[in-house]
Amino acid sequence: MATQDIPRDVGGGRASLLYDPKVRGIFVQALVVVALGVLVYWIVGNTAENLKRANVASGFGFLNGRAGFDLSDTPIQFDSDSTYRRALLAGFLNTVIVALAGIVTATIIGFLLGVGRLANNWLIRKICTVYVEVFRNIPPLLVIFFWYFGVLSVLPLPKESIELPFGSFLNSRGIYLPRPVWDEGASLILVALAIGIAMSVFVARRAKQRQMATGQPFPVLWVSIALIVGLPLLALAATGFPLTFDLPKKSTFNLTGGFQIKPEFLALYLALSFYTASFIAEIVRAGIKGVSRGQSEAAAALGLRSGQTLRLVVVPQALRIVIPPLTSQYLNLTKNSSLAIAIGYPDLVAVGGTVLNQTGQAIEIVTIWMVVYLGLSLITSAFMNWFNAKMALVER
Amino acid sequence: MSENIGYVRTEMALPEPAPPRERGPVAWARKNLFATPVDSILTFIGLAIAATIVVPLFQWALVNAQWTGTDRTYCSTVAQGGIQPDGWSGACWAFVKAKFGQFMFGRYPIEERWRVILVAIMFVVLLVPLMVPRVPRKGLNAFLLFLVFPVVAYVLLVGDMFGLTHVETPLWGGLLVTLALSFVGIVVSLPLGILLALGRRSKMPVVKMVSVIFIETVRGVPLITVLFMASVMLPLFLPAGMSFDKFLRALIGVSLFASAYMAEVVRGGLQAIPKGQYEGADSLGLSYWQKMGLIVLPQALKLVIPGIVNTFIGMFKDTSLVYIISMFDLLGVVRQNFSDPAWASPQTPASGLVFAALVFWMFCFGMSRYSIYMEQRLDTGHKR
Repeated sequence: MATQDIPRDVGGGRASLLYDPKVRGIFVQALVVVALGVLVYWIVGNTAENLKRANVASGFGFLNGRAGFDLSDTPIQFDSDSTYRRALLAGFLNTVIVALAGIVTATIIGFLLGVGRLANNWLIRKICTVYVEVFRNIPPLLVIFFWYFGVLSVLPLPKESIELPFGSFLNSRGIYLPRPVWDEGASLILVALAIGIAMSVFVARRAKQRQMATGQPFPVLWVSIALIVGLPLLALAATGFPLTFDLPKKSTFNLTGGFQIKPEFLALYLALSFYTASFIAEIVRAGIKGVSRGQSEAAAALGLRSGQTLRLVVVPQALRIVIPPLTSQYLNLTKNSSLAIAIGYPDLVAVGGTVLNQTGQAIEIVTIWMVVYLGLSLITSAFMNWFNAKMALVER
Repeated sequence: MSENIGYVRTEMALPEPAPPRERGPVAWARKNLFATPVDSILTFIGLAIAATIVVPLFQWALVNAQWTGTDRTYCSTVAQGGIQPDGWSGACWAFVKAKFGQFMFGRYPIEERWRVILVAIMFVVLLVPLMVPRVPRKGLNAFLLFLVFPVVAYVLLVGDMFGLTHVETPLWGGLLVTLALSFVGIVVSLPLGILLALGRRSKMPVVKMVSVIFIETVRGVPLITVLFMASVMLPLFLPAGMSFDKFLRALIGVSLFASAYMAEVVRGGLQAIPKGQYEGADSLGLSYWQKMGLIVLPQALKLVIPGIVNTFIGMFKDTSLVYIISMFDLLGVVRQNFSDPAWASPQTPASGLVFAALVFWMFCFGMSRYSIYMEQRLDTGHKR
């Protein structure tokens, strides 16, 4: 074997500046800054010129203008004389409503499916698997279309409505539910509800302290239910039942009265819930499988019943695995609610699109969208991070 | 020892068959369907669900379906002005059959459709050998598919050179648009996502900040707003007279959107590579790009194959959103054809949507199965 002469570094070990990572880093970053600066300058210049030519005044002043269009479904008072600001607010509230409703339903369906995929029962396992594999692999927009055009719009006309229990009706214009009408003194019920919730929080705290100190358990769940349901009921009885229901009534061509849930909302809500549930199911399954078998065996060895094992040992550990991906599914659902525009449910994007077409204020509208969705994302992640921190493993 | 009286068995005893109680469909049903009373109740609930969904679906899709026909009368009841008996409810596959060409090609001129078919054949011929691990010459194959094929496909699809007539992109539609958008999205988003992920993990604060802002902004907003931006704001950003094709704008929107998600997936892989690998590469004197390209990325990408394919699947599904900026992918064309007066009937929407769902499902399910297969093949067994 020949030995190789390694060239000696004669110059005192000082390499050329060209090879210094620090110098290189500064150089690359300066390049990035300059390139970005030029790009932004170019874009801003072009945009200003384009806007000047199109005679569009930039700024948010247009928000106070008269909207001049109607919205099919609004949680707040809105007519064509209202301002653009109010239209966007109504759209934002619709987004929040459909997202919240979807999140709750998707979580429930998803947890059931996820547990079902691990069931001992062959049939249940297969049904859940088929559901998950079907809904995970088709676009959410298709699911929305399916509910809207395939199911809800082929329901019978209002005069042949399908009757549901509790005086509700189902037809091609949506679901009609009885609307509760509150008479005087109803505010006491809300107060009672608030007191009930506050008291159950207090009871839960005390019970935990006591169990930590003495080991004595306390039936927190039952007491809380009794407080939260019982106190308002008591208030209801004390004020002499100030509650009546406005039932939907059939007239010749339409239904009057009651509370109408529009098919656009229903289609969006059902589609988002069913679609996201398939993803949540997979997350839940992975979470439960991620808890090692030794945990439930140890729980059994300690003499816990299977319900207790699930509630005290498996689920708390599974939640740790489940929560982070669950958060991103909630965010996905919120973002997917913008598909409302395809079937005409007036959410933030649909309303914003209409405003954009009328006023041409593209930059402002897109800015509003981005700020609102980024804000919603931040709020959701902040809440879930807090929940995650509460659930996370506390290591000593 | 004169005589060996010990009993030594010279051959293994054959296993006894399981007792009859444990064999056959009855035992299987007892174990898997009726193990406990709760299980039995669940089984009956499951049977009820299956019966209420599967049986009507089977009848609708196969038994009562109308397979042939020339217009809406074949798929409407007498009361709706058709030939079917009142109360009839079945799939209108005749509609799908009549519109099949549109569902695949959109309004691409009929006499030019051979070009699309040729591109599709080339795509399959190049893709299949790339996906089968045993076929050699992967490098050449990938080069052809990802660099040569797009150019040839562009020439063939758009035309306007080599004697081919020009087919404008607004005429494109159907599965052609879906596949074109997702192919370009995949080819662009993977390298761009890797660059963004490297940028996010970079030690240079400016590069890191730019990557983080881009990734988090894009991930925080719905694709629709990104598409709106691409279709409404891009023209504003460019000097007057310079304009982009609408299809190209959608492509840019979809690719940028997917690359932000891809970046997060790749970052997960980069974070999972132990520090020793980076330091080992440094101590060998490798440059940054050698370190990443030869040591870190091959390991990191292998780890996140499921995530990468999930992003591809998500993007494939998301291409359907271009319908909202009035481009017609498969779902958009199906949706558009609901309002065709020659075929409008109560059964048309559901039939068209079920067909579209089937096509989307086959592609997405295929991708997810292939990713599972690849994951198992590349699993080297030293998982931490």
